[in-house]
Amino acid sequence: MSALMIRDLHKSYGGLEILAGINLEARTGEFVALVGPSGCGKSTLLAMIAGLETVTSGEIWIGDRLVNSVQPKDRDIAMVFQSYALYPTMTVRQNITFGMESRGVPKAEQAEAVKRVAALLQIEQLLNRKPGQLSGGQRQRVAMGRALVRDPKLFLFDEPLSNLDAKLRVDMRTEIKKLHHRVGKTTVYVTHDQVEAMTLASRIAVMNQGSVQQFDTPKRIYDRPTNMFVAGFMGSPAMNFIPARFTGSTSISVRAADGGDATLALAAPLPAGAPKDVVLGVRPEHIYRFTTDLKSRKPAVEPMQAPVELVEPTGAETLAVLRLGDLEITGRFEPDDAPVMGETITLGIDMSRACLFDPATKALL
Amino acid sequence: MSTRDLTVPVTAPATPWRQRLGTIVPILVLAPSLAASFVYVFVFTLWTLYLSLSSSSLMPTYGFVGLDNYASLWANRRWNIAYTNLFLFSGFYIVGSMAIGLLLAILIDQRVRGEAVWRTIFLYPLAVSFIVTGTVWSWLYNPVDGIQAFVRGLGWADFSFALTANRNTAIYAVIITGIWQSSGFAMALFLAGLRSVDPDLIKAAQIDGASVSRTYRKVILPTIAPIFLAVAVIQIQFAIKTFDLVAALTRGGPGVSTTFPAIYVYDLMFQRGQIGEGAAAAMMMLAALAVVLVPYSVWIVWRRRAEGRNG
Repeated sequence: MSALMIRDLHKSYGGLEILAGINLEARTGEFVALVGPSGCGKSTLLAMIAGLETVTSGEIWIGDRLVNSVQPKDRDIAMVFQSYALYPTMTVRQNITFGMESRGVPKAEQAEAVKRVAALLQIEQLLNRKPGQLSGGQRQRVAMGRALVRDPKLFLFDEPLSNLDAKLRVDMRTEIKKLHHRVGKTTVYVTHDQVEAMTLASRIAVMNQGSVQQFDTPKRIYDRPTNMFVAGFMGSPAMNFIPARFTGSTSISVRAADGGDATLALAAPLPAGAPKDVVLGVRPEHIYRFTTDLKSRKPAVEPMQAPVELVEPTGAETLAVLRLGDLEITGRFEPDDAPVMGETITLGIDMSRACLFDPATKALL
Repeated sequence: MSTRDLTVPVTAPATPWRQRLGTIVPILVLAPSLAASFVYVFVFTLWTLYLSLSSSSLMPTYGFVGLDNYASLWANRRWNIAYTNLFLFSGFYIVGSMAIGLLLAILIDQRVRGEAVWRTIFLYPLAVSFIVTGTVWSWLYNPVDGIQAFVRGLGWADFSFALTANRNTAIYAVIITGIWQSSGFAMALFLAGLRSVDPDLIKAAQIDGASVSRTYRKVILPTIAPIFLAVAVIQIQFAIKTFDLVAALTRGGPGVSTTFPAIYVYDLMFQRGQIGEGAAAAMMMLAALAVVLVPYSVWIVWRRRAEGRNG
C-alpha cells in the first residue's frame, strides 16, 4: 500500500505555472527525496502535501484518503522546517507538547510521549531550555522531536540540514538515516543537495522546472539517468558530455585531442531509430588510465589520448581536467596513479557504464 | 657571565594628524547637541527642583522653604483631581489604544484586500495635531451641534450623548479621543511586529493543530512581546505630557473635572504667579514618568546583558 500518492498535480500562481503535472508515490515506510535546483517547485510540492498551499488541480492521497481540501492538522503529518520554526518563547518541552496540547491529549500521556522522544533523540537535558539557548544541531534535534512525538502517517522534511555547517550536516544526515531505520515512517524529504538525496533516500524524484524528470532508486538515477538534466544534476563532479557521431551500428567517433576522430566501440548495439549525432555521457569515475591489464579486466574499456590540463588532488582521490579538442572533461583517479599536469595520457573509457543521449530531446537513448 | 641587553628602545610612532582629526571630528559634531541636551534636561531639571523648594511666586526667588510647596500642592483638591485623572487617563488610554491597535493590526494581517488603504486610514489620526483633534471632537461631543443633535435630527428625540457636559463623564470623552488619536500608531507598530514573525512558525502551529486564536495567543503574540513594551512606553510619555488635547477638548472642565497635571502646572506658573508650587507639580510629573521609564531602562539593560551571555 502506498502512504502517499500524487496524481497529475498542478499548481499555478496567476498565469505562472509552478508545478506541471506531478505524479509521485511513496510506499509505506519508504524514504522519498525530492531533489532539484532552487525554483524547481520541490518546496511548493511539499507545502501542498502538508496542506499549506492550495491545490490548483490534481489529487493528493495520504493513506486511503483524498486530502486535497483537508486541513493541515487533520492530514496526520509532521513537518520539519528549514528554519526549524521552533516557538521561541516556549521551552523545548513546551515546543514538543504544543501540538498534543492543541489536540487535547491528556497530560500524563503528553509527559510519556516527551520522555520517549527525548530519550530517542538524546535531548533529555535540554527540555527546560529555550530554543535561543541551543546550538544549531540541538535545535535540529528538537525540531525532529516535535515531529516524531506526533507519530504521524507521513514525515515531511523541508531542507532540514541546510542551516548547519558542513561537518554537522554530515553527522545529522547519518542520524536521520538511523532514525528512519528505527522509526520506519514514510518520509518525504526535500533537498537541493544531491549527496543528501543519494545517501538517504530509497527513491529519488529529480525535479526541474515544475516537473519530475525521473523518479527511481538512487542507483538507477545515477547509472541510467533518463535525460541530460538528471545526468548533469546528480553526481559531483558532474557527468562529462562529449558530442559524438555514429560510425557503425556498434561504434561512435568523438573529436580527439589532436583534432582527428577517435573511434570507440559501444558496449551494446544502439537502439533502432537513434539519431546520427549523439552525446556521450561519461562519469568521471569511469575514466581510467588505459593499460592492457585494465582491458583484460574490463573488456568494454576503450582507449583514447588526452593531454592533462589541470590536476586537483582532494586527498581521497585526484581529479584531472583533460582536454578533448575544445572540450574539457574531468576524470577521477587514484591519488597514487594520478596523471601529472602537462602529461598526455591514454584514457580508458568504460563504455559499459557510459550513457548516450539524443542532443535534440536531451533524452537517454 | 655576560648579559645582553635585549630591550630595544621603542619610540612611540607619532599619531598622524589625520587619525587624530578622525577621533576629534565626531566629538566636535556631537558637542553642541550634547551640551544643549545637558543644559535643557539636567540643568533645568535641577533648577526646577530647586525652585520647587523655594518661595518663588511671580518671579523666581531663592528663599528656601523646604517641602512647603509640595504640602500645599497635595492639599489642593484640584491637584488631586489632576493627578488622579493622569492615572485614570493613562491606564485607559494605553490599554485601550493598544487593544484596538492590536485588533486592527491582526485584522489587517489577514491579507485583506486594499491593505494599504486601511493602513493609511487608521494611521491618519496621528498626522493630525492634538489641538485639531481636540477641537473637532469638542464639536462632536457638543450636545447642541454634535453627535447628539445629529441623531436627534434623525428622529430619536430623547437620544443623549453629552459626555463633555457632565463632570463625571468628561474624562472618558478625553480618553476616547486619545484612543482614537493613537490606536493607528499602535496598529502600525504591531503590524510591523506581526509581519516580522517567521512564517514557518505559523505553518508549524497550523500543522500542530492550533486554532487561529491559539496560534496568536501562544505563538505570535509572545514572540512580539517586546513591541508591546515599546508601544506602552511611548504611549505613557504621551499620556503624561497630555496638555493640548485637553486644552482644546474641554479646557479642563466642566469645573475642574478634566484638569491634568500639565494644565495645572501651566496655570500655576504662568497664570497665577505661583512658580514655586508649579515647579513642585512639575517635579511630581517627572516622578510619574520616572516610575515608568526607570524600570524600563533597567529591563532593557538587563535583557541586553542576558542576550550577550547567550550569544
